[in-house]
Amino acid sequence: MNLTLRVWRQKNAHARGRFVTYEARNVSPDMSFLEMLDVVNEELIGREQEPIAFEHDCREGICGACGFMINGIAHGPKRGTTVCQLHLRTFRDGDHLTLEPWRAKAFPVIKDLVVDRGAFDRIIQAGGFISAPAGAAPDANAILVPKEDVELAFDAAACIGCGACVAACPNASAMLFTAAKVSHLGLLPQGQPERNDRVRNMVAAMDREMFGGCTNMGECQAVCPKEITIAFIARLNHDLLAASFKGRKPPRTAASP
Amino acid sequence: MIALWSTSIGKKAVMAVTGFILTGFVVAHMLGNLKIFQGEEKFNSYAVWLREVGSPALGHQQFLWVLRLILLAAVALHIGAAVQLTRMSYAARPVRYRRTEAIHATYAARTMRWGGVILTLFVMYHILHFTFGAVGYAPGQYRPMSVYRNVVVGFSVWYVSAFYIVAMIALGLHLYHGVWSMFQTLGVNTVGADRFFFRTLATVTSLVVILGNISVPVGVLAGLVR
Repeated sequence: MNLTLRVWRQKNAHARGRFVTYEARNVSPDMSFLEMLDVVNEELIGREQEPIAFEHDCREGICGACGFMINGIAHGPKRGTTVCQLHLRTFRDGDHLTLEPWRAKAFPVIKDLVVDRGAFDRIIQAGGFISAPAGAAPDANAILVPKEDVELAFDAAACIGCGACVAACPNASAMLFTAAKVSHLGLLPQGQPERNDRVRNMVAAMDREMFGGCTNMGECQAVCPKEITIAFIARLNHDLLAASFKGRKPPRTAASP
Repeated sequence: MIALWSTSIGKKAVMAVTGFILTGFVVAHMLGNLKIFQGEEKFNSYAVWLREVGSPALGHQQFLWVLRLILLAAVALHIGAAVQLTRMSYAARPVRYRRTEAIHATYAARTMRWGGVILTLFVMYHILHFTFGAVGYAPGQYRPMSVYRNVVVGFSVWYVSAFYIVAMIALGLHLYHGVWSMFQTLGVNTVGADRFFFRTLATVTSLVVILGNISVPVGVLAGLVR
């Protein structure tokens, strides 16, 4: 099959970008979208032109590295899928596809379709962890967790941090990502001691990164490759409001002998 | 509380709480409007009662002014938070997409901001129209406290009625997303909670407010209220 691609080309973070049209000829419907781009890139390299830069790693839909907009939809038209797991059979022969990078103030373009998602790392650094003493791995099931909580926590933990939620949000809000990360620890007993500080610090970090506010439109959940729902955003709101009415704990000091 | 206001979620919580107050007012206002179908005497005495609630403990219009001040504060906070959040959102995407497609967002959700602007303009017109008689009447036509007459005369002008009907559809759309949204923002609508319940609540509120309010200009134009 043949496809016409209108791809965003941008040399670096400071350069002005523009759309360039490429033809993908005689590609197999069984190829993934990224394999098709590999073929296009091979051709470009053969003609001594700069290949299209895009991010990728596992190509199994579980690492969160890949992702861009295809005709205005993050990760393309298929639900619950990353672009690496999106196959060309989803499209029709002769389709015209517009490829754009995630667009958000917090995600500056590095090159072509590659954006800097360091903002997500800084949200995680603000509280997306538990401060447990390191050591030998504890026994599995040493702490019992109700089945429903396990399932919910796992639904949230499925987030791979790809950034599609931000890309699809009309406000470029990072609420679904932050909600997933806050909820997956907040639902488990290990996450309880730091629960209030975690949500306050992570939301503050999210706002500092210049993401927009949530208007509950639900575009994020529609494109999330892990199908995380905005019910987790309600949970995040609940946790932050509850934490805001509790005082901050004074820093602990060592007990005097 | 101040720490909360400094976060985007805190501003949204303010929008949700003030939105809740304003929705309560809109529903009560709509129920009051329906009294017009009970006739001139009942409707006018309802208008008098609104000004004398709590009498003799409270003075003339005292209760009404307390309500008005609460509503004004709610409107100011609602719009203030909305403006700040909108500016944040615009700043969050300085480079726009060449092409975007809405998959999940409803028309109501996508028009909240401009819908809000339209509603603000409508409320201004509405107060100048029925409360002050400053617009929409020939000189001397508006008579203070002849509420029933004023409504009938006001809505007899077809384009005024048409404007009110359009504004009520805008209000209904705002409520369709807003009522659902406030429970989402306040975190009541969480995982496991009955999300269908709040969707239904928002749809019913929106429809009841639209139909209830539209029935008044339609009633006047159809000659049922005269």
